Amino acid sequence: MPPPIVQATAAEGAEQAEQAEGGPRVARWSDYVVLLKPRVMSLVVFTALTGLLCSGHPLNPILGAVAVLAIAVGAGASGALNMWYDADIDRLMRRTRARPVPAGHVQPADALATGVVLSLLSVMLMGLALNWLAAGLLAFTILFYAVVYTMLLKRSTPQNIVIGGASGALPPVIGWAAAAGHVPLNAWLLFLIIFLWTPPHSWALALYTSSDYAKAGVPMMPVAKGAASTRRQILIYSLLFVPAALAPAFTGLGGLLYLIVSAAGGALFLLLAARVALSRAGDDADPRTQGLYEVKPDARPARNLFAFSILYLFMLFAALLAEHLFTLAA
Amino acid sequence: MSHSPFNESPEAAKARRLRNLALGGVLVAFAVLVFVVTIVRLGGHVFD
Repeated sequence: MPPPIVQATAAEGAEQAEQAEGGPRVARWSDYVVLLKPRVMSLVVFTALTGLLCSGHPLNPILGAVAVLAIAVGAGASGALNMWYDADIDRLMRRTRARPVPAGHVQPADALATGVVLSLLSVMLMGLALNWLAAGLLAFTILFYAVVYTMLLKRSTPQNIVIGGASGALPPVIGWAAAAGHVPLNAWLLFLIIFLWTPPHSWALALYTSSDYAKAGVPMMPVAKGAASTRRQILIYSLLFVPAALAPAFTGLGGLLYLIVSAAGGALFLLLAARVALSRAGDDADPRTQGLYEVKPDARPARNLFAFSILYLFMLFAALLAEHLFTLAA
Repeated sequence: MSHSPFNESPEAAKARRLRNLALGGVLVAFAVLVFVVTIVRLGGHVFD
């Protein structure tokens, strides 16, 4: 069961969630789609597909599609388990209160059952169709996200997204393992890129949404350590992330296109991170602020970094994907 | 359609029916997928 940290205000949050959604209603099939976090799933599919193709290992296209499907369903299962466990804090945050469980559209037990059944199906499918190394990595990823991140880290430490970010970084490794049956250093390089990308990305968002996290009792870095410390750590992680993003150009994984994209984008990423470090973003977080994405002038550097971080990661993986697709076609 | 055996509103009955159809579709798709994967993995050894 979720810890009692926010139970005093959970009833109030439930009321707000119901008001926001016009009260509980019967579950529609589309509520179960939302339960699987389709936007997260699309990013997972993209990075897993890149890992699968970067392996350079010949694979039947149908089995390749099944591997990506299994990873996508596994990611969806993780999302359902996360929404089941986090319903009490989700209903307190503006960004998450309309999710199916806090809004009362899907019963918690149904969300749990959906997550467990889809987890088992995805891992079984991966093991039977591809190999058990990929299936084991997929099972580990689901458990890490649902248990280590959601249940153990998220509510207890400001390092939650740093350690928990490992689950978001594993899909390209699983894709690689599915195709090749082993996981070389280049696959772990893809892991490292996403792992080091996660803190500056998440904390840039947290700098201008910290009042929401504080209300829910989630110790995100700006809530627990303050905005100044968060801005400093964003810069430190950015200085670690950009060289990691450049590395594939020198390990044989990426080519000239990748080098250009990673270098140009990396320079801009560092510039934006430096602007966040020099700004006052997050300093005057006001709990009375209405509208989650209403951005105050001081938060603009953080918003810019958050937006560009998504574009940069997409461009890195798109460049790798394009180069390896071109090689396959040639 | 006859009235719902669960004494529920027409809207709830319709939502439940659609959920059941979606779940049935997913199960059929999964069965087809397992069949296709089996054939692909057997490859040229189907008639061995």
